[in-house]
Amino acid sequence: MNILVCLKQIPDLVYIRVKDRKPILEGAPLIFGEMDRNALEEAVRIKEKVEGTKVIAVAMGGAKLKEGIKAVLAIGADEAMLLTDPLFANSDTAGTAKALAKAIEKIGGYDLILCGEGSTDNYSGQVGPRLAELLNLPQITYVRKLEINGNKVRAVRNMEESFEIVEAEMPVLVTVANEINQPRLALLKDILKAGRKPVKELKAADLGLSGEEVGVKGSVREILSNLAPEQARKHVVFEGDLKDVVENLVNALTKEGVLGR
Amino acid sequence: MAELLVFSERDDLAFELLSKGKEFSSALNMKLSAVLLGEKIDANAKANEYFAFGADRVYAGENPALADFNAESFAEALYQIGQQNDVKILLLPSTKRGKELGPRVAQKLGAGCVTDATAVEVKDGDLVVSRYSLGGNTVAVEMLKTPHKVITVMPKTFELGVKESKQGEVVKVNLNLKSPRTQIVERQEKVGEKVNLEDAEVIVCIGRGLEKKEDLGIIGQLSKALGAEIGCTKSLCTDYQWLSEDRLVGLSGKKTGPRLVISVGISGQIQYTVGIRDARITVAINKDNQAPIFALSDYGIVGNLYDVVPLLTEKLKSL
Repeated sequence: MNILVCLKQIPDLVYIRVKDRKPILEGAPLIFGEMDRNALEEAVRIKEKVEGTKVIAVAMGGAKLKEGIKAVLAIGADEAMLLTDPLFANSDTAGTAKALAKAIEKIGGYDLILCGEGSTDNYSGQVGPRLAELLNLPQITYVRKLEINGNKVRAVRNMEESFEIVEAEMPVLVTVANEINQPRLALLKDILKAGRKPVKELKAADLGLSGEEVGVKGSVREILSNLAPEQARKHVVFEGDLKDVVENLVNALTKEGVLGR
Repeated sequence: MAELLVFSERDDLAFELLSKGKEFSSALNMKLSAVLLGEKIDANAKANEYFAFGADRVYAGENPALADFNAESFAEALYQIGQQNDVKILLLPSTKRGKELGPRVAQKLGAGCVTDATAVEVKDGDLVVSRYSLGGNTVAVEMLKTPHKVITVMPKTFELGVKESKQGEVVKVNLNLKSPRTQIVERQEKVGEKVNLEDAEVIVCIGRGLEKKEDLGIIGQLSKALGAEIGCTKSLCTDYQWLSEDRLVGLSGKKTGPRLVISVGISGQIQYTVGIRDARITVAINKDNQAPIFALSDYGIVGNLYDVVPLLTEKLKSL
């Protein structure tokens, strides 16, 4: 069977700084989203169990994606399709889903599409359901456990009040939760060997998409502002003998009127 | 007349959306409607409450494909109702179900969609929506440029309105749906005590500063002395599984708004601090005086939690 894994590069949040309430993204390296890596790991685990499984990574990202995809191949993807056209840059979720759907239609012959349930930066969770709709597939979201039985999948979904066990015939689109697995790290020797695996780059034109349909121009939303919220805190730190410190804190909290029921 | 349509699989959240939706629909000169979906619905009984919270009209869509929630059929049902009428805006709750439904309907409608909205307001005849961005570092304020818009709103963002005696019309809709391609085989209710962090007035949150599960006892005692609910960071519930996920505070968990939150042994990663931003007073206890949590705190104690927490508990008990 053929599994497609969708991945997208996002800025590594650890490197984001905030200055005058403005986020500074320069210098933040691009990495794959956390749950995208869970999706990849899950695909590779299925491949290890189900003979004849092929894993194809469909990845969107910047100019360095060609380098970054090697880790994905080293972990176990057999092939990769890269969406690196600058026209795709800053696509919103609708544009991302559109480009992925076109690429996936081009690849064809898939049984299972795996995505993260959301990206680590915005958690909007839109790409999976939008992609399922574009490809006319059933969707199973928030999956924490996945089994393949013949042409069927059985998934455990993590909902608010319950775990829901769902079955569907393939092809199906599944979005995975963070707890589904612990992604392995790529080994250096495998990264070196990964260069031999087939990697294809697709431009917007190859997918029949114009610059009006994806990227900033194709965006369905207009960002009015994107600033760190204002935080006015008192920043009183008590130091010294712990007994006094605790007493000072309790006095301060009493004055604030936040103690008592 | 253009319509603003509300749907929620939970009535209480539909009422929140209607309470505020009333403002939007009158400012935007739209009709306010809501929809009930299911295999069999007692629409007339239910609709009255929907009218009381502001709906002008309640659609009742009965279909065997809607017997249990599945995103595909529910999205198609909302799409068909939207097409049969003049629905321009769809408001859903940002529950897990709302959040998987919204983008799928949006895709059918060619609509822009914002999920996890933390604020929505009318400005210059359009809706302006806020949501966290960049892992919670920022708040993106955005507008949707498409003629149709889908917005999923975080629970408790809108205050529940006061019920009014109001009449409305129940409209039965014909839906043409295929049988669902996903089958729910079983539901395992999550066990564990009910945790209500969203409504808690005082919260004690614990993080990786705690060395072992057994030490949760001292946190329990502190929270008892305060009459507080216990919350935690992601590593404690997801990685170590010392506490249930219902206690997760932050971007991937609960957003709280207590009068007091005490963060114990938590360094202050943005993924957590997003969840306590709306607290009136924030307190941090951490042994590292450089921990980012102090920058977000009204009061702080630099010290080992194993020393500070028992002393604090004792002091609070003596009050």
